[in-house]
Amino acid sequence: MNPTATPARRQLLHPPVEASPFPYNPGSLLTAGDLSLDGISQILARATALENQDPLVRDRILAKRRVALLFYESSTRTRTSFELAAKSLGADTTLVSSLSSSIEKGESLKDTGLTLRALGAEAIILRHSSSGAAWLLESETRLPVLNAGDGMHEHPTQALLDLRTILAHLRPGTETVSAETLAGVTVSIVGDILHSRVARSNMLLLPRLGARVLLCGPKELLPELAAQAGPGITIERDFEAALRQSQAIMMLRIQAERLAGLQLDLEEYKAAYQLTGQRLATLAPEAVVLHPGPIIRGLELTAGVADGPQSAILEQVRNGVAIRMAVVERALLADKQGGRA
Amino acid sequence: MTALVISGGHLLDPAAGVDALKDVLLKDGHVAEIAAPGKLKSANGAEVLDATGLYLTPGLIDMHVHLREPGQGYKETIATGTAAAAAGGFTAVAAMPNTSPVNDSPEITRWTQAPERGAVVRVFPIAAATRGSKGEALNDYAALKSAGAVAVSDDGRPILKDNIMRETLAAAARVGLSVIQHAEDTRLTQGGSMNLGPMSFKLGLRGMPAEAESSIVERDIRLVTELRDTRVHLHVAHTSTAAALAAVRQARRNGLRVTCEVAPHHFLLTEEHVGMYNTNAKMCPPLRSAADRDAMIEAILDGVVDAIATDHAPHAVHEKEVEFENAPNGITGLETALGLSLRWLHKEWKMPLGRVLSLLSAQPAALLGMKGRGTLTVGSFADVVVFDPKAEWTYSAREGKSKSRNTPFDGWTMQGKIRWTICEGRIAYNAKP
Repeated sequence: MNPTATPARRQLLHPPVEASPFPYNPGSLLTAGDLSLDGISQILARATALENQDPLVRDRILAKRRVALLFYESSTRTRTSFELAAKSLGADTTLVSSLSSSIEKGESLKDTGLTLRALGAEAIILRHSSSGAAWLLESETRLPVLNAGDGMHEHPTQALLDLRTILAHLRPGTETVSAETLAGVTVSIVGDILHSRVARSNMLLLPRLGARVLLCGPKELLPELAAQAGPGITIERDFEAALRQSQAIMMLRIQAERLAGLQLDLEEYKAAYQLTGQRLATLAPEAVVLHPGPIIRGLELTAGVADGPQSAILEQVRNGVAIRMAVVERALLADKQGGRA
Repeated sequence: MTALVISGGHLLDPAAGVDALKDVLLKDGHVAEIAAPGKLKSANGAEVLDATGLYLTPGLIDMHVHLREPGQGYKETIATGTAAAAAGGFTAVAAMPNTSPVNDSPEITRWTQAPERGAVVRVFPIAAATRGSKGEALNDYAALKSAGAVAVSDDGRPILKDNIMRETLAAAARVGLSVIQHAEDTRLTQGGSMNLGPMSFKLGLRGMPAEAESSIVERDIRLVTELRDTRVHLHVAHTSTAAALAAVRQARRNGLRVTCEVAPHHFLLTEEHVGMYNTNAKMCPPLRSAADRDAMIEAILDGVVDAIATDHAPHAVHEKEVEFENAPNGITGLETALGLSLRWLHKEWKMPLGRVLSLLSAQPAALLGMKGRGTLTVGSFADVVVFDPKAEWTYSAREGKSKSRNTPFDGWTMQGKIRWTICEGRIAYNAKP
């Protein structure tokens, strides 16, 4: 502000910011912020119930319903687990990826979405390299849209499966969550926060259950204003200090594809932020280690840590299928279950 | 020739200090007579417009619009853009040169003004400061001026290089043209699609820092200072940051001829209005923080801001129905500027009506050296807007005259309903034809 301006001279009324009309469809899951605590509890409960259900019975829940997977970015875990999840419920799935489709010929996201709807898709699972793409697709198609990662923005099902993993380790048996469920728990998210949709969804979700989120990384990958993204978020640049306070440690990959010219000294980065067996043993011997994948062994964490007893990385992958079954079911049955959870 | 009498209205002409009931006779494109109410009713053969209960004021002047011709007629044409201008009370618009091709020649400058374009209000071209607006080589300003250019600018892009900007300021000053700078250090805004701040982080969008604007404004002011030539006129386009305004404020205290404009969206909206990726809230410079927005209002009320200009930037619907970072920058503004300015600056923030209108007419006319405009005295151009300054109405982009409807103000309440817009004696807009 201009220091010479008369301070607080006028208390002015301004045009209001309109409330977000999203989600248009009660079955959509665009952001971790779309879910109430009840909604989160329902998804966790359904994930467990569906996981334990007889596959032949489960198969009838969405029998012959049509679910489209629309993937503009490569993916192993998210795509496969969404696909397996939808198929386990009996749905027909179809995969459209940016290569090998008319997207290559310049078809817009809007037209691709309308085409999928015309083909009978009842829900679309979208992975896209642009932040906000899921909102565009939902407003144009009004179908249930499941955000499977939009640019650097959000990845809500990842946050839900991370939550399921954290609960299994720190609050075993918990399915109904409240604002105190994770009281006293500190979760460190470490590394390339700036480009991470996983970090953003977790930063939105975990503090609502009472967790404290520590963000840890160098300035280039973690701007100061990240702390203003929501309540319960603190920046701790010192990795070892963060480890000492953490019950859960979420390591992130350096997203080379999104660095956009940013120069980063990887050796320096490893020295400061690599999760090694020694750091883990001395500073956080009880903590659970998470990573959304893909992991780069020897960069953000050592192979020993990835394969070690504190690692929950493969457990996260398994939880992904359960969570995504619950989320796909919610997408197609949201109305029957009494609307927006 | 054609004659028009506007009778029974309240003439508000801030530049001439008139604020009273007057009848006005317009003849041959100029103001022929101003008289006490009732005196001009029987003027020979003149058509009479009954303005009882209405205000008449000098036609509005928008010194920053994009009319998209030549080259992008699917977004807007000079005909549709000026129809939108007339509907918004504007009788003159200054058209930015970032067309396709760029207006960097006397030929395009003349083409823009040719009668074949079908303009219903006066179009004043702003020519490119550098060839192709690439910021490398200066154009021939004398030739552009004699072809009708009222200023030079590379709007849409900055003139980034110090030496080129210095030469531009000096060369424009020699022929008496203003330099309008799009202040954006593009080295700091690469890949950015909204203001850099907590919102851009939250939305996962790359941000454009406030310093990208203020650092260029500060650099430009330094160049003006160094040139020591009182003819140099630097005008800062679409000012959006508190820091840039502070620099302009200081430059003025130092006696420099540095002026600035602010667009309605920058004194009304903030980055919060981007909401969930509303591409109709995407423009360059972007919507800024609440502190920046407050600084715009403060500077308008304090008189540091010289003009309200819309940066009217039409885009086709399909161009905006895309991923936020891929959407083009810009929103329309011609049909909402008066309604928003009266609703907020005048009604809500108590700025006197005459001062608001002056920012939309007399002051931009003075900045661009438009003689005989921005005032209604005998002999001046018959550019008049007749309106009800109190009437509220709801803006519907769908019903607008612009070819495009990329606006964040669709459905907003406006104040000040236009009855007629008259450009050089011809009715350019009639609310009840």
